[in-house]
Amino acid sequence: MSVNPKLSPSEKRLPQVSVDIDAIESGTSLWQDAWYRLKKNHLALASFWVLGFMAVFCFIGPFFSPYDFQSTDLESTLQLPQLKHPFGTDDLGRDQLTRVMVGGRVSLGVGIIATTVSLLIGVSYGATAAYVGGKVDATMMRIVDVLYALPFTIFVILLMTIFERSIVLLFVVIGAVEWLTMARIVRGQVLSLKKQEFVEAAVSLGYSTRRIIFRHIIPNVLGVVVIYATLTVPSVMLLESFLSFLGLGVQPPMPSWGSLIKLGADNIQLYPHLLIIPALFFSATLFSLNFLGDGLRDALDPKSSKD
Amino acid sequence: MPILDVKDLKTYFHTRNGTVRAVDGVSFSVERGETLGIVGESGSGKSVSCYSLMGLIPQPPGRIEGGQAILNGELDLLSCSEKELQKIRGKKVSMIFQDPMTSLNPYLRVSTQIIEALRMHEAVSRKEALDRSIQALEEVGITEASERIQFYPHEFSGGMRQRVMIAMSMITHPEILIADEPTTALDVTVQAQILELIRDRQKANNSAVILITHDLGVVAGMCDRINVMYAGKIVESGTADDIFYNAQHPYTVALQRSIPSLGSKGKPLYTIPGLPPDLSQPIPGDAFALRQGLTSGGKWDTTPPSLKQVSDTHWVRESDVILPPLEEVLDVG
Repeated sequence: MSVNPKLSPSEKRLPQVSVDIDAIESGTSLWQDAWYRLKKNHLALASFWVLGFMAVFCFIGPFFSPYDFQSTDLESTLQLPQLKHPFGTDDLGRDQLTRVMVGGRVSLGVGIIATTVSLLIGVSYGATAAYVGGKVDATMMRIVDVLYALPFTIFVILLMTIFERSIVLLFVVIGAVEWLTMARIVRGQVLSLKKQEFVEAAVSLGYSTRRIIFRHIIPNVLGVVVIYATLTVPSVMLLESFLSFLGLGVQPPMPSWGSLIKLGADNIQLYPHLLIIPALFFSATLFSLNFLGDGLRDALDPKSSKD
Repeated sequence: MPILDVKDLKTYFHTRNGTVRAVDGVSFSVERGETLGIVGESGSGKSVSCYSLMGLIPQPPGRIEGGQAILNGELDLLSCSEKELQKIRGKKVSMIFQDPMTSLNPYLRVSTQIIEALRMHEAVSRKEALDRSIQALEEVGITEASERIQFYPHEFSGGMRQRVMIAMSMITHPEILIADEPTTALDVTVQAQILELIRDRQKANNSAVILITHDLGVVAGMCDRINVMYAGKIVESGTADDIFYNAQHPYTVALQRSIPSLGSKGKPLYTIPGLPPDLSQPIPGDAFALRQGLTSGGKWDTTPPSLKQVSDTHWVRESDVILPPLEEVLDVG
């Protein structure tokens, strides 16, 4: 809409006030506001692009690589970085660049899928417990407490040993452990939200409990959930690389950043590039996720930001 | 036949510090097209009695211990299941809340929220629901409603949000509208507009309005009948004229004395001495007589005073509290 016909002539003579008319016409949601604030945070925005680059690099990159991540070439093992192999090759002569890309797929994939699993379970569980309240709440949260008490690394190791080791199981197991904190955070938020008048108003308009939880309460906790999720992804990735480092995670020949770092650690004295390159990718991703999480917190909850 | 007939409603809260008798035997009825005012101090049970009707009391700790609330002479709201209540809320009985700043969901567009309110109770298409929502916004005086309906609540002012709330609660043409201090959070100038709007919507739908407030000025201008509540009980009930020109209960008299007037400039304002009683302790007699600084004859110290009829429309709970003459109180103060 270029000219608002309802403006009075005096208002028309003030062109220097530049307001995005389109944004006003359609109404600006709190999410759009948060996006504007996030765009002003350079560190967070740069992190956002780094993560975007990592995603493209890992998920699309391998299609353009002339090498396969598992085909060995015993004539050129443990090469230093060179034109043919920009990141060098590993002890079996596999192209390290391709392996870093494919390993990133696994690490990022675990991070995203396990976090999604933990989000879906944690958010619905916590919101339901808090909203229904009373004995239901008490029972549900005691279950969480009991699960919390299990030493979760041992729990994961146990499951990985009992069942056949597969990537899917790895995703599910990590997600199933990570949802506990999410459930607690969401429960706390919902407890304070459900006393708000708009929830009372929704009840007084005759909405069902399920509708109130999923349509009116959960959108209001999503800000906190998004922040926590961006911080969960790195912890999940760390957990995965830890398990892979122990040899319990991804099984060779499939690489992950964790297993690549382990291989590099074994060869640290003679071939440090095998450690440094995957470690750089891994830590750049983790840093970016943390910076983005920080930026998101400032953007979604402006009251808590420093300035 | 009254559209809503409440008999002997009792809502208690069972807390660690004992049972709080927030509403203790309240009876009233509302006719179609009538406005009933409920006034009283904070904690007198005026809000709790209306929330009980809608099933909005948090349970536990709250519990409705007894009574009936017959809607349309057929359905007891207090013995309804949650499912039945969901059909009544918003459709037959709607509510407006005190603080318009927080009673709309900040993350959803106004259009989404009004359409949802309508489609919850009537099978209408999305398009028709949107048209009716825009019309409802226009009826509450929001100009350019077809554009503004796409805004988010934080883009409206307090008064505008209260208008949206009214549009939302009236869009299904409910038979009863419960307004819980609808103007408390608003500017004085906006207050008058909102009250006028509620009256206008009431006339258009011929619905009954229950207005909960502690502002006697609002009550005087709006209400056909008034219930004065104190410590969970109705102490006086009558038409606006009965209450304002022929107040019988000392509490009603004291409330009216507390209204500041322009004529009393420079003089101290009257306040009712003492505090309302602690409702977690059983009150055997006249609750008003328990206030410190008031003298009573002692007749109702241990026996509960009953409501007695003064005229066809006017009931007063017996009390022998004697309020000192106004001049004397203010001289001392």
